[in-house]
Amino acid sequence: MLLAIVLIILVLGSVLFHFLSPWYYLPLASNWSVVDDISHTTIAVTGAFFVAVTLFLAYCVMRFRHREGTQAAYEPESKKLETWLSILTAVGIAALLAPGLFAWAKIVDIPKDAQAVEAYGRQWNWMFRFPGKDGVLGSTDARFVSDTNPFGIDPNDPNGQDDILVSSSDLHLPIGVPRKVELRSLDVLHDFSVPQFRIKMDLVPGLVTRYWFTPTAAGTFDLNCQELCGIGHFTMHGQIVVEDDAAFQSWLNGWPTFAQTLAHPTGDATAGAALYAVCSACHGQQGEGNPALHGPKLSGQADWYLVRELKNFKSGARGTDEHDVNGHTMAPMAATLADDDAIANVVAYIKSLPDQPAPTTVSANLDHGRSLYENCSACHGDEGHGIHATNAPRLAGMSDWYLAIQLDNFRHGYRGHNLKDPYGPQMSSMAAMLTGEHDAVDLAGYVNSLR
Amino acid sequence: MVAVAHDESAYAPPAEVEEVELHHPHTFIGKYVFSQDAKWIGIQYGVTALAIGLVGLLLSDLIRLQLGFPNAFSFINPSNYLQFVTMHGLIMVVYLLTALFLGGFGNYLIPLMIGARDMVFPIMNMLSYWLFLLAVLILVASFFVAGGPTGSGWTLYPPTAILPGTPGSNWGIILTLISLAVFIIGFTMGGLNYVVTVLQARTRGMTLMRLPLTVWGIFTATLLALLAFPALFVSALMMLLDRTLDTSFFMPALVLKGQHLEYGGGNPILFQHLFWYFGHPEVYIVALPAFGIASDLIATHARKSIFGYRMMVWAILIIGGLSFIVWAHHMFVSGMNVYFGFFFATTTLIIAIPTALKVYNWVLTLWRGNIHFTVPMLFAIGFVFIFVNGGLTGLYLGNVPVDVPLSHTLFVVAHFHMVMAVAPVLVFFGGIYHWYPKITGKMLDETMGKIHFWITFVGAYCVFFPMHYLGFLGVPRRYYAMDALRTIPESAQGLNAEISIAALTVATVQLLFIFNVIWSYFKGKPAGGNPWRATTLEWQTAHTPPEHGNFGEHLPVVYRWAYDYSVPGAKEDFIPQNQPPAGAAAASHG
Amino acid sequence: MLSPLYLLFVIVAVVFIWLLRQTVDVKPWVEQRSVESVPSGASFQVPAAKVGLGVFLAVATSLFALTVCAYFIRMMAGDWRTFVFPSVLWLNTGMLVLSDVAMRSARAAARRSEIERVRLGLAAVGLCSFAFLVGQFWAWQQLNASGFFGGAGAGGAIAASPANSFFYLFTALHGAHVLGGLWFWAATTSRAWRSTELARIRTSVELCTVYWRYLLLVWLVLLALLVPAVSELCRGRFLA
Repeated sequence: MLLAIVLIILVLGSVLFHFLSPWYYLPLASNWSVVDDISHTTIAVTGAFFVAVTLFLAYCVMRFRHREGTQAAYEPESKKLETWLSILTAVGIAALLAPGLFAWAKIVDIPKDAQAVEAYGRQWNWMFRFPGKDGVLGSTDARFVSDTNPFGIDPNDPNGQDDILVSSSDLHLPIGVPRKVELRSLDVLHDFSVPQFRIKMDLVPGLVTRYWFTPTAAGTFDLNCQELCGIGHFTMHGQIVVEDDAAFQSWLNGWPTFAQTLAHPTGDATAGAALYAVCSACHGQQGEGNPALHGPKLSGQADWYLVRELKNFKSGARGTDEHDVNGHTMAPMAATLADDDAIANVVAYIKSLPDQPAPTTVSANLDHGRSLYENCSACHGDEGHGIHATNAPRLAGMSDWYLAIQLDNFRHGYRGHNLKDPYGPQMSSMAAMLTGEHDAVDLAGYVNSLR
Repeated sequence: MVAVAHDESAYAPPAEVEEVELHHPHTFIGKYVFSQDAKWIGIQYGVTALAIGLVGLLLSDLIRLQLGFPNAFSFINPSNYLQFVTMHGLIMVVYLLTALFLGGFGNYLIPLMIGARDMVFPIMNMLSYWLFLLAVLILVASFFVAGGPTGSGWTLYPPTAILPGTPGSNWGIILTLISLAVFIIGFTMGGLNYVVTVLQARTRGMTLMRLPLTVWGIFTATLLALLAFPALFVSALMMLLDRTLDTSFFMPALVLKGQHLEYGGGNPILFQHLFWYFGHPEVYIVALPAFGIASDLIATHARKSIFGYRMMVWAILIIGGLSFIVWAHHMFVSGMNVYFGFFFATTTLIIAIPTALKVYNWVLTLWRGNIHFTVPMLFAIGFVFIFVNGGLTGLYLGNVPVDVPLSHTLFVVAHFHMVMAVAPVLVFFGGIYHWYPKITGKMLDETMGKIHFWITFVGAYCVFFPMHYLGFLGVPRRYYAMDALRTIPESAQGLNAEISIAALTVATVQLLFIFNVIWSYFKGKPAGGNPWRATTLEWQTAHTPPEHGNFGEHLPVVYRWAYDYSVPGAKEDFIPQNQPPAGAAAASHG
Repeated sequence: MLSPLYLLFVIVAVVFIWLLRQTVDVKPWVEQRSVESVPSGASFQVPAAKVGLGVFLAVATSLFALTVCAYFIRMMAGDWRTFVFPSVLWLNTGMLVLSDVAMRSARAAARRSEIERVRLGLAAVGLCSFAFLVGQFWAWQQLNASGFFGGAGAGGAIAASPANSFFYLFTALHGAHVLGGLWFWAATTSRAWRSTELARIRTSVELCTVYWRYLLLVWLVLLALLVPAVSELCRGRFLA
């Protein structure tokens, strides 16, 4: 009978789907193989139960369909059968639950020798902190958070001075070392989750949560926020790179301690003036930009953003895609800045330049641009002034033709797909929504009109 | 058709309990607008719930368009996507399912099935519908305010829900919270009716253990609603104060995008505890009526008493009671005290036992039955199949270590859609096909019904079964796009596309159902009083549709339980509940 | 700290165990033999309205218990400051006690069928209950104007400290229930004034009396929790 056949097809199809499916747990890369073991047991038990019950259902549907002269049995209950079924079910449930409880006991019992690292989440990016030589993470509080102290470390706590601050969404870890992740949120709920490690825990503002694991396989793993945290939730991506201890140490040494970040000197604008000479040809004497030579307005742009982009051009994280023609020209230009001090100096000089809004050169539908901009304001600010905390540069009053090109570059992946670019991928994801032909222009025109 | 007749000498007048005082309206407004007749109120609830449910269905189409074909539609962007996801969830769980099962089926069926003329507090019952409608209108208003409706997920977690950076954090969330508060007040009024009516207004002979399981399911669900909704009410009120008056019930000290906000000391996890204290009973508020109705559909259309009626009642009661102590299985990775995980995993897996027993009993009812493949029966069997699948995946999520990689992923989405969306919705369709003849006097068209069943059942399975595997991969829920998931195979996107196509197909075929409901009202086959030859009291009314007061001059007297199907030695393969025992008097049949 | 939650679990347990007990030892498929022994259809031999009130009190208890639970949990955070108790609350409590007394006297009069005294009692209940509500509103104003907590932001006193926030929340929830009760009081009073059947007046007055006693008990609990000495004691025990 049709229903019975369909039921059988669905059951067998499901079993086949399970065994043939390429979509399953990603290969395990941590010590939590017990999670996989219990999962497999659960699949086996529930799978067998599903097949048995539904095949029996199909059988009943077929065998006891109404035919002329048939009568149903009258059987209000069967104490014996119901008791046996209850007992068997309870045994099955207990068999699934017991290993789960034992495994959870191991998960909540964090080993004393687990090395700590803090994962610090905020809308919509990750940062990390290592305890440094003293092995103790410095205490923190929201009231200490500022542009120069984004981690909110208590400056009076001696334990915090040697904390190593990784202000990037890339976390490296040495293979084989038990690791305790301390999770802290600055603003809203987030979630630290790495599928290959089989770990997950929410970040809750106002408290510190934690989880522990031991990475057992080298590789690069996705860290994705899994607790809805606002519009940028799907872009809040990080990477965990597991490598041997030597590589890890050399990576760690590249990051400053908290004390070092506090002592960081500001750039020298006078020295920067000399360095800027070579840039002025395309970007204008006053940093106002030059459309004919493809140089966007720089004056008025956030200094931290200019520093970051110059570093990106230097490292090849930006400007190397074959379609990004103008980006290619920036790499040798950025190379003229020998070191971080040079970068800081030239940016200090740019900061001193007068800031006039860039002229409007594109013809845009401003109303449409405004409605599109609702998706951008969360990171770039309602007035487009940019927000340091979300790593979003200023857009208001900047060169509209340049913004339109960059939006298209992000949309097509000519910019932002290079994995060395820390925040480009986020922009690439957001720009993907600009599917209409004129969207990028309308948006660029709108932000240019913000003054 | 069996004519229902009473032997006058067997009539025992109701003695100790006062009859429900009926209100007799004479105006159109009194009869059809501010009606105090539970049948009409039930229809009002049903129509309103289905109308807003269609909006929820449309929102699900938009979600699937984006997930299946990312960035192909310029009118879907990261901001409104979150609003679609949130409103879809909220509408479906609260404004469709809860309202339809309790307000719709409950109002219509409870007085009829227990042999009462109406609910015990008719004015309050009438008001409860209007508060429900007001709640729906307030929610719809949130679509049109500046910033649009809230995009914080149907769970409305703070701090996210009330902060900028989340869509609708302005008027959207405020209106949603007010709508929920109004809904809860209305539902308390309705709930008092359903519970007290079942306790006090049963006709003579209708003991609790002679009630059909539909009534047990709705009754128990109402008890859960009454005791659990206050948690949502107080948490919604506290969040409203956090949003509008800057209190810090749930708001810790935080720095949002570089700005230090005025909040401090609040606890976001407190909201989650309150929300899920409501939220877990809520899923049983939807599931228990579905269980009850499914039992009656299977028994009636297989001409066999439900197997293990007593166990079924106990299972409903035990599930209901236990549902208050499992809530934090939604919070294993929330950052709550990790030791709670032991307790809640245990209680959650224990609650699986009575649930499994119900599944066995449904199947054992079909065993040695006389199965008629009517449209209601098809839906009931479809329900059992889907519920087994969905219920089993709950065992993964209830077991803490296995929940860790699966929590917050599409595995959870697949699980709860199977058990909350597909399974109960199959039951409500089955219920509508089953009781439509009583409500309207016409049969729904069978061919259209079967097409509706096949596409909905197979299609919905094809949507949600494969989705579990995206969850195994670690694909998170509430994600606008998958670009940030760099280590999952490319083919996962193809799977998303297939799921979307199946979902859009299932959504479209619901139009056939709506057409059937309207068309059959005018052109359907006349049904008579008891087309399914069922035993329960609603089928024994003198008129179809039942008139005001339900049973004519005399209330029925009940002599037997609700499942005397295929009783050995009986003349027919069913004996109505109000049929006197054979030896008592000479019964006459028309 | 979780004691209100345990109270709720007890209520749930009582309800479900009672229901389970109605259903054991019964084999419902055994046919009714004789017509005369057909049992009545009601679970309780009281008017439906009484059962309705009982169920509603369980719902209201659920609401207040959960709010108190939230209060206890919130109390544990480091930013807790002692509540500055508006003195008018004592007067309001007195008003509520008086309304409870007046309600009981109305009930006694109803039982003795003294309709005049019933009307008097009900009038006193209305007066004292309204006075209570006005007094609660006055307490809100008193706290808002106290200016003890400068820099409270847009929210005023309610946002200035968590204890304040809960004060407003407790009094708002309780006040709403008093207001709801006054709706039924109005229906009862109008019945008493129109001298409809005494039996109905009696039932209405009985129900109102139970409800007013309940409102008083809830208020006394909430009041106690707000008294600084008590809240400090609770907090000390939770943090220990």
